Amino acid sequence: MPATENPMQNATALAVRNLSVFFGKNAAVKNVSLDIAARAVTAIIGPSGCGKSTFLRAINRMHELNPEARMEGEIKLFGDDIYSRNIQPVVVRRRVGMVFQKSNPFPTMSINENVTVGLRLNGIRDKKTLAERTEQSLRMAALWDEVKDRLSAPAISLSGGQQQRLCIARALAVQPEVLLMDEPASALDPLATSKIEDLIRNLKKDYTIVIVTHNMQQAARASDFTAFFYLGELVEFGPTPKIFTSPAQKRTEDYVTGRFG
Amino acid sequence: MDNHFEKGLDELRQKLLTMASHAETAVNRAVQALVQRDSELAIRVKEDDRVIDHFEVEIDDLAIQLLTKAPLATNLRLVTVAMKISQDLERIGDEASKIAKRARDLCQEPPIKLSLDLPRIAALALEMLKVALDAFVNKDSAAARAIIPRDKEVDAMNKQIHAALVQHMEENPDTIGRCLHWMVASKSLERIADHATNVAEDVVFLYEAQDIRHTGVKSGIAPGL
Repeated sequence: MPATENPMQNATALAVRNLSVFFGKNAAVKNVSLDIAARAVTAIIGPSGCGKSTFLRAINRMHELNPEARMEGEIKLFGDDIYSRNIQPVVVRRRVGMVFQKSNPFPTMSINENVTVGLRLNGIRDKKTLAERTEQSLRMAALWDEVKDRLSAPAISLSGGQQQRLCIARALAVQPEVLLMDEPASALDPLATSKIEDLIRNLKKDYTIVIVTHNMQQAARASDFTAFFYLGELVEFGPTPKIFTSPAQKRTEDYVTGRFG
Repeated sequence: MDNHFEKGLDELRQKLLTMASHAETAVNRAVQALVQRDSELAIRVKEDDRVIDHFEVEIDDLAIQLLTKAPLATNLRLVTVAMKISQDLERIGDEASKIAKRARDLCQEPPIKLSLDLPRIAALALEMLKVALDAFVNKDSAAARAIIPRDKEVDAMNKQIHAALVQHMEENPDTIGRCLHWMVASKSLERIADHATNVAEDVVFLYEAQDIRHTGVKSGIAPGL
């Protein structure tokens, strides 16, 4: 079932093959293979400790920040092996952006400094370019109209929902190809959550989005494809409507109907 | 979901089954009133229809409450199917009322001299409903599938009755009014079998997650042919 009418729909953004991630001797992700469609939203669901956040972090090599971490398998981003020796993790993280559960704007920076921090770190100094990219990113993050008159105000003067959208704008400013979101709305009220979900749906026109969520209704509302993880394994992966109305695996059925987890 | 939610689903199932037994009783009584020319029984069927209507409202109300808890997978299918089954049962109650009304009118006039086997068509329509509901209770989608083609038999019986009545009217024009009452009653039984078919299709969807409506299952044609 096509998730959108976008002709790019069937292109694969991320080809994950036999991915296992270990912390010391423990395998947090076990032999997972799946193709994440470009310009679509893929949700990762599963109970706490099922490996979904680790899986997400492996996609931009974030798990490597833990010295105990080790991976096996392969992840290709539009054909490029992101674990190749020739690729620096920082390059991977520029192509694959990340938004976290708790909004984490830099507290001492203003709104526009937060948005452009990634660009400035990459050596972009031209004021016109920075201003253009700020506006573009804030517009894409559906925050521009709310902050355009106070771009120099401290980022922490924004509400929780606005701070989270600011973090999304910051991730978008470096023009990544994939945006990873780890429970981006779990600390937000329903209105702010709904804004983030609308934003996710709009962003998929240009980006590939992978979102980890504990909220199955959120996965049902915002995603095109859903992967269910349990005990580090990928149990089921398919179009979201199928996973939530008639999952093929009993463990998926039991999880989405609340029998465990 | 929590136990509270499971209790809600159980209550929904129970209400559906209670409503179904009222609908079955209504059809049985309506046909009895028609065949035995019992106008008091016919009046009772009309009165009892309010109970069935009330169940439809109650079931919808409960289903909407359960939907606010955002059920998924089997639970989601159960809640949506319950709303559809209750609507079919309500329509079955309406058809029983229509039969009862014709029975009451026919009681006011002398009987026509034509033997019509309405109890047989009623028995098959009710059998279909019973099998569909048993399949719902027993999670037996194969039984639900198996009963669906029998709707054709009901259609055929209704056609026979229709033809017999047309012939009788041509030969005895003074009975046209009464014959039309019988024709409507027979058509109502045929509609009851249609609603039973809908219930059977809903049971298949509930347990197999497969929508078999308009796929040729009714006529025994496999989908895709």
